[in-house]
Amino acid sequence: MKLALAELKIGQKATILDVNTEEIPLKLLEMGCLPGNTAELIQIAPLGDPLYFNINDSHVAIRIETAQQIEVTL
Amino acid sequence: MAEEHIKVALIGNPNTGKTSVFNQLTGLKQQVGNYPGITVEKKMGTCRLDDHTKATIIDLPGTYSLNASSIDENVVIELMLNRKDENFPDVVVVVTEVENLKRNLLLFTQIKDLEIPTLLVINMSDRMKLKGIELDIPYLENQLKTKIALTSSRKNIGIDEIKKLILDYRSLPTDPCLNASSIDPEYFDKLRKAFPNQLVYKLWLVITQDVNFLNLDRNEMKSSFTKSHSELRRLQQKETIKRYQFINDTLKVGQTIDRSKASDIRAKLDRVLTHKIFGYLIFFVVLFGIFQSIFDWSSVPMDFIDEKFAQLSVYAASHLPAGELTNLIAEGLIPGIGGILIFIPQIAFLFLFISVLEESGYMSRVVFLMDKIMRRFGLSGKSVVPLISGTACAIPAIMGARNIENWKERLITILVTPFITCSARLPVYAILISLIIPEKHVLGFISLQGLTLMVLYLLGFGMAILCAYILHKMLEIKSKSYFVVEMPSYKIPMLKNVGINVVEKTKSFVFGAGKIIMALSIILWFMGSHGPGDDFKNAEKIIEQKVYQSSVPINPSVIPNWTAEYKLEHSYIGIAGKFIEPVIRPLGYDWKIGVAIVSSFAAREVFVGTLATIYKVGDKSDEEATIKEQMRHEIHADGSPVFNFASGTSLLLFYAFAMQCISTLAIVKKETNSWKWPVIQLVFMSGVAYITALLAFQFLK
Repeated sequence: MKLALAELKIGQKATILDVNTEEIPLKLLEMGCLPGNTAELIQIAPLGDPLYFNINDSHVAIRIETAQQIEVTL
Repeated sequence: MAEEHIKVALIGNPNTGKTSVFNQLTGLKQQVGNYPGITVEKKMGTCRLDDHTKATIIDLPGTYSLNASSIDENVVIELMLNRKDENFPDVVVVVTEVENLKRNLLLFTQIKDLEIPTLLVINMSDRMKLKGIELDIPYLENQLKTKIALTSSRKNIGIDEIKKLILDYRSLPTDPCLNASSIDPEYFDKLRKAFPNQLVYKLWLVITQDVNFLNLDRNEMKSSFTKSHSELRRLQQKETIKRYQFINDTLKVGQTIDRSKASDIRAKLDRVLTHKIFGYLIFFVVLFGIFQSIFDWSSVPMDFIDEKFAQLSVYAASHLPAGELTNLIAEGLIPGIGGILIFIPQIAFLFLFISVLEESGYMSRVVFLMDKIMRRFGLSGKSVVPLISGTACAIPAIMGARNIENWKERLITILVTPFITCSARLPVYAILISLIIPEKHVLGFISLQGLTLMVLYLLGFGMAILCAYILHKMLEIKSKSYFVVEMPSYKIPMLKNVGINVVEKTKSFVFGAGKIIMALSIILWFMGSHGPGDDFKNAEKIIEQKVYQSSVPINPSVIPNWTAEYKLEHSYIGIAGKFIEPVIRPLGYDWKIGVAIVSSFAAREVFVGTLATIYKVGDKSDEEATIKEQMRHEIHADGSPVFNFASGTSLLLFYAFAMQCISTLAIVKKETNSWKWPVIQLVFMSGVAYITALLAFQFLK
């Protein structure tokens, strides 16, 4: 099932299918946010944004609008 | 035998312990400076390798890759591409961390493509057991074409190994790990043919970023090899994927991780520290604790310094041969130096707390917690760090705003940070509060003075937030919100790192601000003890005459004081103060305070020192008195105290809001690259300060 990274629930793991390179920072790619790698949602900030992921063993927080540009599958 | 010098560059991702490695290698033999023209901190140090070899080590800013997205990262690329730079390294040491090896190796493979001797440090090896990680070092060395030092900088393990490998750098292989040009062979072939003498990877870096490279004309080069932005982006993605493929393949064999062993301290701590209630609660307790302890702990050494310098001044005046020079020393230099040294306790404590928060990994969690709230005001979660470190000094804070990716959020952060109560305001606050707020406790334990200070901090913060909101609504800047925060694993801060950081920051602050304060003290002393015209020259006679003509009998012991007072009034400084008096009178200030305000436009901490100098010049009694006592005894012509509740409050508000720091304006100019923003800041902040101070005085008097 295809969905955006932003739609994961806490604890859910997914595989990255595609990233919109125009809309997401290069730094995120360099941290391993690339097709084929896994991503897990660890925590949602108390006010609903940003989201805290484990992407390819990198622990990073990104905003929802960025996480929407990343397509994943469960 | 001649001494050999090896130039070493330390490169690595943020949070890999690169700086601890640097500290372990160099100890206190470091110099912190700036790169010419930009305000990126340049850290250099030396390290003895053996009897006749020394290494000069440069600690480059942390970066995730050779694709620069900030000026800090740009420094790394500029140096790595320029073989003619005097700091161009003989050998590069890439520092990685065992838990994030996969990601850290990305930068390593890029450096390898530059064909410079490179060795790999895998740091934090003491955590391997805990995390169930095992490494096949010979295999990794073979695949990555390098030598590896397994270290733990916090336990001082493996540092000698690094030194040994540096010493032997000539035997390090310089060939790349992988062929990056295979992402678009046709394009890279064309590049290679056009510039046969250059490394293709270097050319590629020049095309994709804004770096200057040798004498190649970038524009010419770009135009002949132009590709659209999105095409370049796609290629960069391809390159990154390719590198990760290589790294994954290498680590599949070279690294085994037993996931069952991984203990979950991070997850547990995260759950509490980013909890929707406890998270904020803990954050506010931490903040409150910091401010409380700064005020409590530093008051003792500060009073001590204040008192000692008052004594020293009297001692110098009475023990040195009388004359101009002695006056300069006793009335200008000593109070001036005292005015600088009195800052050390507070600044040191603030930097101590900030570096502990950063080192432990807690700061990233605060950024995560605060982002959504801050965004409402046009700021970023990352603005929290500058806003907190702004309580120490706005200058490093504004520089710290650099890692905010979004330009609008960064600009707003830069513009509002000076409202935050910096440590230079603290001595002014401290002395005024102790003059106008009684030393009482409410509910038995909350000190009224401490509470007032807290209110002033909140006032500064509130003003910063309010202005941020206004700017957010006014500024029409469209920029993409790129927000990426690494959440490092929690670490117990290392004493040595924190210590060096505190010492370095305090030193650079004291010497930086110190120079201004020192120079101003001397100028002020001169202007205060010299004057034009006969009024100044004949002060003794004039006062004597007045006493003589007076209808009521006057105790002759007041004559020296009256004379001094009269002299001061007619000195250069008195004339200057009188000149601006009409402007500041409605705020409740006399001309002496006016002088202090004018001189604190260079740096606000000068205020206390200036008053100290002025009152010292105007006080001819031999009693040693602290600045506070002198201020308390200062009276208007009608006998009412100068520092009462209304004028004190007005002064507090003025100092809370006014833009009185030339260094901050200079930094804002550098960081925003225009005079527009610092000028707006100066006019706006000073305007707010004047109006609020005016209202407060007129309302309270």
